[in-house]
Amino acid sequence: MLDLLQELGRWSLKGLQRLGRSNVFMLYVLGGIPMCVRRPRLVITQMFAVGVLSILIIFVSGLFVGMVLGLQGYNTLVDFGAEESLGVLVALSLVRELGPVVSALLFAGRAGSALTAEIGLMKATEQLSAMEMMAVDPLHRVIAPRLLAGIIAMPLLAAIFSAVGVFGGYLVGVGMLGVDDGAFWAQMQASVEIREDILNGVIKSLVFGVAVTWIAVFEGYDTLPTSEGIGRATTRTVVNSSLAVLAFDFILTALMFNK
Amino acid sequence: MISSHDPVLENALVKVRGLTFRRGERAIFDDVSLEIPRGKITAVMGPSGCGKTTLLRLIGGQLRPASGYLVVDGAEITAMSRAELMQLRKRMGMLFQSGALLTDLNVFENVAFPLREHTTLPESMIRDLVLMKLEAVGLRGARNLLPSELSGGMARRVALARAIALDPMMIMYDEPFTGQDPISMGVLVRLIKLMNDTLGLTSIVVSHDIHEALAIADYVYILSAGKVVGRGSPADLSQTDNPWVRQFVQALPDGPVHFHYPGAAFAEDLRL
Ligand SMILES: Nc1ncnc2c1ncn2[C@@H]1O[C@H](COP(=O)(O)OP(=O)(O)OP(=O)(O)O)[C@@H](O)[C@H]1O
Ligand SMILES: [Mg+2]
Repeated sequence: MLDLLQELGRWSLKGLQRLGRSNVFMLYVLGGIPMCVRRPRLVITQMFAVGVLSILIIFVSGLFVGMVLGLQGYNTLVDFGAEESLGVLVALSLVRELGPVVSALLFAGRAGSALTAEIGLMKATEQLSAMEMMAVDPLHRVIAPRLLAGIIAMPLLAAIFSAVGVFGGYLVGVGMLGVDDGAFWAQMQASVEIREDILNGVIKSLVFGVAVTWIAVFEGYDTLPTSEGIGRATTRTVVNSSLAVLAFDFILTALMFNK
Repeated sequence: MISSHDPVLENALVKVRGLTFRRGERAIFDDVSLEIPRGKITAVMGPSGCGKTTLLRLIGGQLRPASGYLVVDGAEITAMSRAELMQLRKRMGMLFQSGALLTDLNVFENVAFPLREHTTLPESMIRDLVLMKLEAVGLRGARNLLPSELSGGMARRVALARAIALDPMMIMYDEPFTGQDPISMGVLVRLIKLMNDTLGLTSIVVSHDIHEALAIADYVYILSAGKVVGRGSPADLSQTDNPWVRQFVQALPDGPVHFHYPGAAFAEDLRL
């Protein structure tokens, strides 16, 4: 019993220490933002890396999720004779929930893990150390552009996900199941609000972008410089950032959409 | 043995006084004092794991000593702010034991890296400078290769070109000769000597290659078990009767320096 308590205490102490370290780390990284503004190429290169890494998987997943929404939504709505509202259902589900959340989960698995592994390997092979000796702060030169790129890329990826998803719903609903073309789009246009729905969705994906990228770069920077350490850090990135996305989603949804 | 009142050491670029540094329980350095003379080549030798790389990292301010002073060019390293340390590091080059090239950049960009980060030189000037440095290490033709396409010896020479890119006042070479064939070894030895003599650099060479190190060094330190066990000019060292130095210079397996990392007796470990 006492052992268990001791273990629990040690475990939570370790967790708190990591949390503290990650905050200090973030503060230093934010000091690198001016450099990113002066040299936007650094960020653009990284955006290309995280974006291209993720775009295919985002595209395909978005299409399938939209198609499933079209099928399920139609089956439910048709019982009430409301199948014309299929466009609204698909669009709202995607823009408010599925777009930001699913694309953030995919982003964590694809780009987040890659970021952690890349930075961890740079640490293990003394590249970060060598930069320090060349009077270049790796937190500014390596971490800050990657963090910024992740934060910018996330809403864009979520938007692509939602757009492709709506198209998937359209393919199934209008193309296969015979929902009226005009009604599908017109109802969607009438019901989806810019501020209420789209802006909130973008805010969500921004928050997710910060959470996932922060966790990914911190885990990479904080890794034990061994191959085993990098493997563990990569796993932790995926697990922790997925949990963080789901938790933040609940909090944000409760704040945004309580009528 | 030469005392620290030696005129060569009066005007030292790096002065280390009473340096103590620990890794966990183990003291890597225990009250070590030494000085690196300005404008000379100083060799640091010692058995593997005795803390040569650690010493270079301490001088570069990457590690903090538990106690003692480290003065580089008149400024105390441990008392410096981060910004001051960065300014100092721009004037120091370091060749890492592993090369530590940036794997996402090709050879040219690796050498150009410090120039791009710290200067606003036009592209044509950067190109000329980089090609000059690469020419000096014989790898001008390899400029488009990626680090993963280089051999270990080549990577080290690229790292050397990168270390001299900003024309520093001091260069620390961590095992520059390891993995070099006799030809490139000879070229490197001459290059280090030449740069030192023509540019007025101060060089610290960490090396196991006793002949090469003694051939170019003006002054030699031998470290072992957290202490400086020998110091002096190469001529002094080859004549000394100091048992530590003799063992090292003559590469004897037995003597005061132990080949084994400290631990329990072998028989005990085998449970005999
Ligand atoms: N990150 C670390 N954590 C704990 N101990 C370390 C670490 N790095 C080095 N050491 C210890 O410090 C000692 C000195 O290491 P250092 O790398 O300075 O040796 P070295 O003299 O450069 O050896 P070599 O000639 O093999 O390169 C070693 O015994 C090693 O066990
Ligand atoms: Mg070493």
